[in-house]
Amino acid sequence: MAASLRELRQRRKSVSATKKITRAMELIAASRIIKAQQAAEAGEPYITEMIRAVSALATYSHTDHPLTEPSENVRRVALLMITSDRGMNGAYSANAIKTAARLTERLRQDGVEVVRYAVGRKGITYLKFRGIDMRQSWEGFSDAPRYEHAQEIADVLIKDFLTPYEDGGVDAIYGVYTRMLSMIDQTPRARRLLPLEIVEGVHEPNEGEVMPLFEYEPDPESVLDALLPMYVRSRVWFYLLQSAASQLASQQRAMKSATDNAQQLIESLTREANQARQAEITQEISEIVGGAGALADAAAQD
Amino acid sequence: MAEGDVLFVDVVAADRRVWEGEALSVILRTVEGDIGILPNHEPFLAVLVPSAAEVLTAEGKREVIALDGGFITVAENRVSVLSQYGRLAHEISIDEAERELMIAEKKLNEGDNSEQTRQHHDRATAQLVAAKRAQQVR
Repeated sequence: MAASLRELRQRRKSVSATKKITRAMELIAASRIIKAQQAAEAGEPYITEMIRAVSALATYSHTDHPLTEPSENVRRVALLMITSDRGMNGAYSANAIKTAARLTERLRQDGVEVVRYAVGRKGITYLKFRGIDMRQSWEGFSDAPRYEHAQEIADVLIKDFLTPYEDGGVDAIYGVYTRMLSMIDQTPRARRLLPLEIVEGVHEPNEGEVMPLFEYEPDPESVLDALLPMYVRSRVWFYLLQSAASQLASQQRAMKSATDNAQQLIESLTREANQARQAEITQEISEIVGGAGALADAAAQD
Repeated sequence: MAEGDVLFVDVVAADRRVWEGEALSVILRTVEGDIGILPNHEPFLAVLVPSAAEVLTAEGKREVIALDGGFITVAENRVSVLSQYGRLAHEISIDEAERELMIAEKKLNEGDNSEQTRQHHDRATAQLVAAKRAQQVR
């Protein structure tokens, strides 16, 4: 016999305990994802307005500004990688880490040094385990970020961006986050934060329509100076919000499949246990019958 | 000004939309000084200082909003004000704003001149001014 009845029952009990846990986590993720999505929606108007203003400014002001002009010679870049604080969310963190690793590889091939910034305990552990240096890391808010967190991260990035290369500054900033496309589709994305990637063509005026020529106060350069830190914060904020929603969606899905698997396991274990029980009974009966037969034979011989 | 012209105003903070609607005028403070915006204003983009902005709504009500800096863009009667921690004045309690201001001032006096503390101070100042102004308006 494969396993004793007692053993099978014990395994079934432990699997159903696990199932209860994963089921609870699935429900928790499902309820929190609504909050995360609401936060992402509430933050949207700010981010859209910010992009509109910065695009208008950078496209039509014709000012050369370090934040908008791509540096000719990129020698060192900052890479911000956003992962989760906890596991139990499927391949969410692993995918973000993989995307970051691919980007790093590509940059390395171009002879660029990569300085890492990590958000989320999973990414931090990954880098630490491999002995890869990080300049700074943040953790503890991956599933419910607040704007203050985005501000803190962005301010560090901007400071390093404005520091000259010789003093450890960076020439560009890249961000890796997970975009929440829908409840079942979250893709990690790698984007350049600074210098600005102005998408030509998107904000070009249509035929016959004149794009407003803005009057700047005090002047375009100072406005850009004031605007760009806010822009970077809003981007980081966007990344954090998207990543948080993706993380929870990913967790819900992972926990749902874990619950389903546990249910299947319980069913097959129950079947095995029933079989084992039946086999035990059959054996007992055949032993009794055999015993009775032997006794009857012995009596008949007397 | 043509009859019936209104501004479409959109005030947004980082984590939510603070106020949105039609307005007859918007008064706020840029780095160069106070400015009033009426319908058909020329395209305009300015950096704001921490202050209380006043919106005269199309219904004739006055809406006071605390801004911790940020910027304003005006184009084709669309006004967008972006402020990281913008809040409606009547949502702010004066006591709380005063307490926040005291905390920030104490930190400043102790020689903590970090970006964060200065922003905290700016925010608290703006909120206190706005909250007081909102009481007068009412």
